[in-house]
Amino acid sequence: MNFTNFGRYILLLKSVFRRPEKLKIYLKEIAKQMDYVGVGSLGLIAIISTFIGAVMTLQIAFQLVSDFIPKTIIGSVNRDSSILELSPTISAIVLAGKIGSAISSEIGSMRVTEQIDALEIMGINAPGYLILPKIISGITMVPMLVIISMFLSITGGYIGGSISGAVTPAEYIQGITTDFNPYTITVALVKAFVFGFIITSVPAYEGFYVKGGALEVSLASTRAVVISCISILVCDYLVTQLLL
Amino acid sequence: MIEIKDIYKSFSGNDVLKGISGVFQEGVTNLIIGGSGSGKTTLLKCMVGLHQPDSGSVLYDGRDFTPMSYEQRIDVRKEIGMLFQGSALFDSMTVEENIMFPLNMFTTQSRSEKLDRVNFCLERVNLEGKNKLFPSELSGGMKKRVGIARAIAMNPKYLFCDEPNSGLDPKTSIVIDELIKELTEEYKTTTIVVTHDMNSVMGIGDYILFLHEGKKFWEGSNKEIAHTDIQELNDFVFASRFMKAAKDKF
Repeated sequence: MNFTNFGRYILLLKSVFRRPEKLKIYLKEIAKQMDYVGVGSLGLIAIISTFIGAVMTLQIAFQLVSDFIPKTIIGSVNRDSSILELSPTISAIVLAGKIGSAISSEIGSMRVTEQIDALEIMGINAPGYLILPKIISGITMVPMLVIISMFLSITGGYIGGSISGAVTPAEYIQGITTDFNPYTITVALVKAFVFGFIITSVPAYEGFYVKGGALEVSLASTRAVVISCISILVCDYLVTQLLL
Repeated sequence: MIEIKDIYKSFSGNDVLKGISGVFQEGVTNLIIGGSGSGKTTLLKCMVGLHQPDSGSVLYDGRDFTPMSYEQRIDVRKEIGMLFQGSALFDSMTVEENIMFPLNMFTTQSRSEKLDRVNFCLERVNLEGKNKLFPSELSGGMKKRVGIARAIAMNPKYLFCDEPNSGLDPKTSIVIDELIKELTEEYKTTTIVVTHDMNSVMGIGDYILFLHEGKKFWEGSNKEIAHTDIQELNDFVFASRFMKAAKDKF
């Protein structure tokens, strides 16, 4: 995103947060988007988180070969990695692909078929009506998905460790319950909030300013996912640096 | 009444509109005609505020639209209905929801009142009972008629139509043209139709503004258009063999 685009992105956000014409209609739209972003992504997040947790346990067990290191460490490392990094970041990147491309192509198609012009002619604040419900659903549902992802990732580690025999259930549970710092949850939720905003606002921007036809809509969709992923990684670093 | 004064618009140094002026009266069908790339759609978009003119003004019954703030423009836009070239119906909504959308946003009517209005608008465009269909289930002509129904849902004072006949067969085109004319006369709207369809020009053109290369070349009615000696206009009007033969005959 060069400076011109960044400026346009900020101006678009300014119009997104204008007072809604009719709150009831916006609330209905927010509920619809929450269902799509939250409930619609639950299955995908559940599968990814469980398997990542299981794989993490196996890899940590593979690397911790010393007899001087207790096996309970596997649970602790898996817990902290899942909470601090894997659940928020991997979930956000997966969601950027799933939700980001959908948002960008939906709004982009509306732009090229003049549906956004139709909204504006009616006197409706098109950025507000189209983008605000998506952003609100992103910043509320992504943290919830991340919480579920944390739980499933740790559970996945338990299942993976038990099936493979890399760590016993008792050692794993002792590991995940030892020296737990609740602040890591706060850091993860701050990340999830920021990522939720990026995942919805960046693709919405890309879609909103599409010019051309079907090809340009698909290109905008690809660009939206790429920019969202890069932004997620940069913000991941910044939030980690600020909060830890 | 809508008055445009000295509208200039350029894109990346390319002058598209070069000082267009004109007055569009209410209760008559006003046509903006011209060849492809003559600036018709750009002029229409400048009039409704989708493009900001570089200079000049657009007056809606004396209210200058161009310098208005966002909030002031909203008030004028509530009085505007527009039919888009591709109909621009919301894909995710049914016909009923499309027409009800502006009513939901800007009125405090009960659901049954809104439904009555939707049914009235659908009846007006001869699409009774099509409430629950989605835009993907409609033909091109039906989409245009739903577009008109949505445009008139809020009882607009100003009706804009961008290429209402594009992609339609001649018979459906006539139906759409007649519908636009009827609605204009019935509700006394200020109607502006952008077209390059000569059937529309001859059929409903009460006032015609001809654009060529971003400039106004001629204005008049459909009765006068065949008798001008402006070369650019004659080249446009009598481009087809049929029109040429008709001119020679009369």
